[in-house]
Amino acid sequence: MSEIIVEELRHVYSAGTPFEKTAIENISLRIPQGQFVGLLGHTGSGKSTFVQHLNALLQPSSGRVLVGGTDINKDKKTRHDVKWQVGLVFQYPEYQLFEETVFADIAFGPKNMGLGREEIEERVREAAGFVGIEEKLFNESPLELSGGQKRRVAIAGVIAMRPGVLILDEPTAGLDPAGCRQIMENIRAYQRQSGATVLIVSHNMDDAARSCGRLIVFDHGRVAMDGTPEEVFSRPRELISIGLAVPQATALAMELRALGVKLPEAIYTHEQLLAAVKEVRGC
Amino acid sequence: MLKDITLGQYFPGNTVIHRLDPRTKLLWVVLFIVGLFQANGWAGYALVLLVTALVMALGHIRPKNIFKGLRPMLFIIILTAALNLFYTSGTPVRPGWIVTWEGIARAVKMILRIVLLIAGTFLLTYTTSPMALTDGMERLLSPLKKLHFPVHEMTLMMSMALRFIPTLIEETDKIMSAQKARGADFENGSLIQRAKALLPILVPLFVSAFRRADELAVAMESRCYHGGEGRTRLKQLVMARRDWIALALGLLFLAAINVLRHFGL
Ligand SMILES: Nc1ncnc2c1ncn2[C@@H]1O[C@H](COP(=O)(O)OP(=O)(O)OP(=O)(O)O)[C@@H](O)[C@H]1O
Ligand SMILES: [Mg+2]
Repeated sequence: MSEIIVEELRHVYSAGTPFEKTAIENISLRIPQGQFVGLLGHTGSGKSTFVQHLNALLQPSSGRVLVGGTDINKDKKTRHDVKWQVGLVFQYPEYQLFEETVFADIAFGPKNMGLGREEIEERVREAAGFVGIEEKLFNESPLELSGGQKRRVAIAGVIAMRPGVLILDEPTAGLDPAGCRQIMENIRAYQRQSGATVLIVSHNMDDAARSCGRLIVFDHGRVAMDGTPEEVFSRPRELISIGLAVPQATALAMELRALGVKLPEAIYTHEQLLAAVKEVRGC
Repeated sequence: MLKDITLGQYFPGNTVIHRLDPRTKLLWVVLFIVGLFQANGWAGYALVLLVTALVMALGHIRPKNIFKGLRPMLFIIILTAALNLFYTSGTPVRPGWIVTWEGIARAVKMILRIVLLIAGTFLLTYTTSPMALTDGMERLLSPLKKLHFPVHEMTLMMSMALRFIPTLIEETDKIMSAQKARGADFENGSLIQRAKALLPILVPLFVSAFRRADELAVAMESRCYHGGEGRTRLKQLVMARRDWIALALGLLFLAAINVLRHFGL
């Protein structure tokens, strides 16, 4: 099992220089296996710094991170091996593609795990399937694909390691609406079928509302809110004061309520709003 | 982190040294280096050391920062010192030893020379912004334009390189993290394995460097950049009184070194 426990995590960049900067502090969280978690927060609030601690790419300045009960920073080996358990897809991951073919690039992670050829091939096919990359692209150069395709290949490269925890840093940044929707659907499908924990950093409130069972809101390196979408989006004023927004459906529902339409409290997706309006109109 | 390397870094400030014209500082560095290599006695080295300390104090540069920059050169410094220590003939420190008194003196002088050479150039880059530095260089070299030497193009290339070094370092950091997240191992394994492990960094790095170069070229062209011919500047370099004083002091320094050298001090 890959339950994540974070205790009193703090990270200081460039400690001891004039450029010293505390990026995150006082973060304590428990993320059980199988949750679909959204990380929200304004630019520079420390989301990327936080997620890089979960697979030991960054070491805490103080505090601990436990995955499946072991301190991942215990020694060099745990720091290395946690990468198979916690897969991290960076922001704009397409810039990390380097192999000659799509297949080889997706296979890079599994190959580093020391798996056999057949196992690697099976995993590559499976991962490509999850993100909707067809097998006829396997022999193309990843550098010649479209932006959206590159993004999927990069995500497949991490999924191919079959991590128990999948973290994606703004996976839909810079894609067109159709591309965004597809990638979010791929991720949801992966979560359903594998039972993995998924953490997704997002600036898109609608995506977060639709997909996540839990939202964690960062503000200036600290956790400002942590709860279900209902709980978080029922505090729109706080969200707006820390530079975020509520989903469009929630905003619209708020305006309708101000006009005197009687709507229930928890509305944060289009479907819920539509259902509520239908109910009010009695059809 | 790669980013913590001091690579000819600039420490912004507003001291006398910071305010000097870059041309003055460039010429001073030339005088300083010539002086350093002419010094041969202890008095000469002491003078160079004194001047370095004075400039450091005036420019508010802490010795710590100089030493941090010296670290990558440590191997060369130690090697030179060791060679001089063991391969100088003279009177042995104790009968039968290879180490001689002359060897010790030469080793110490060699260390001083290398450290001061690096310190001098660091003082220049620590107190002068890269832009000012290349501007100064372009103006100083401008007589060469008469000989059709592409001074402007050369200095433009330099300032671009300086501008993009931090960007590329940051990018390398990012790509390294991304590949580490896929289990790439840059620290263990044989030399060949480690060289191979660089591929996943180098390929994306080159791809992005070419993309950046391309974008920069397009951006320059769309703003009608057409080379150095007839370009004017927003910030004109002006030599103030303090610059002339500084240059006079520089010549005085060189003269003093030569006097000391003449008397074998
Ligand atoms: N490598 C680094 N060196 C120094 N400071 C850094 C570094 N990376 C991030 N920071 C600083 O740490 C803080 C948190 O950055 P982080 O990238 O974690 O924010 P973020 O929430 O991911 O922002 P965004 O939404 O823009 O991606 C910022 O103030 C940033 O300037
Ligand atoms: Mg980020």
